[in-house]
Amino acid sequence: MIPLSWFLIVAAFLFCIGLYGVLVRRNAIAVLMGIELMLNAVNLNLVAFWRYGGPTEVTGQVFAIIVITVAAAEAAVGLALIIAMYRNRQTVNVEDLDTLKG
Amino acid sequence: MLLQAIFILVSLATLGAALLVVLTRNLFHSALFLAASFFGVAALYVLLEAEFLAVVQVLIYVGAIATLIVFAIMLSRGGVQRGVPLFNAEWAIVAVGVALLGGVLIVLLTQVAWPVSQAAPPADLIARLGQAFVGPYVIPFEVASALLVTALIGAILIARERE
Repeated sequence: MIPLSWFLIVAAFLFCIGLYGVLVRRNAIAVLMGIELMLNAVNLNLVAFWRYGGPTEVTGQVFAIIVITVAAAEAAVGLALIIAMYRNRQTVNVEDLDTLKG
Repeated sequence: MLLQAIFILVSLATLGAALLVVLTRNLFHSALFLAASFFGVAALYVLLEAEFLAVVQVLIYVGAIATLIVFAIMLSRGGVQRGVPLFNAEWAIVAVGVALLGGVLIVLLTQVAWPVSQAAPPADLIARLGQAFVGPYVIPFEVASALLVTALIGAILIARERE
């Protein structure tokens, strides 16, 4: 059987890659893709703990499904915001959005 | 062990695709690598014997979210300036910080003795999942549906063309 820690390490790597994308990319869509990678890493953790912690309960899978639902809602609203931002400012570069910077 | 070999191959493919998502200049290629990475995570769910979640992952992430991202890329094509560096000025500091976080996480994850149950998932897991959603988890379920409706209406309102 595959050790639990292998799954957790893969999830940790996936989370770090996503976090790096969120923090350094200039393009807003690329930032959103990084967020999706991080959410996937969290889900992988939840499912791994479900499988190795208590596979007879469904709680872990319920959690993962709720996370997927929220991720779908987040992607829809986030991409709509990016499209609105492109329409108003003709840019998708997050560094150009500094209107609130005094 | 065959399972472990498959796990290593699948996770290397997933992590490689994820790295390419972050490092590729062409956004369209990024989106395709993102879909590949989602597929890899679905394969890991199969290895974890969560077949239903694997199907949900392919349907929602690969089918809906990746497609949505491709549409957003096509709709905002003109916003991508040529010759602008891919990363912002803080990329080196952030790389050190993220590497530190990854190192700490891996040390922690390998040090802790996780309690592992030997039980196998029940055969009627999907039926139990369905019952859980209308039984003990009915309120999160309803809140999730309200959230989805709100997000849908909100997304349409935000992205709508205004005269």
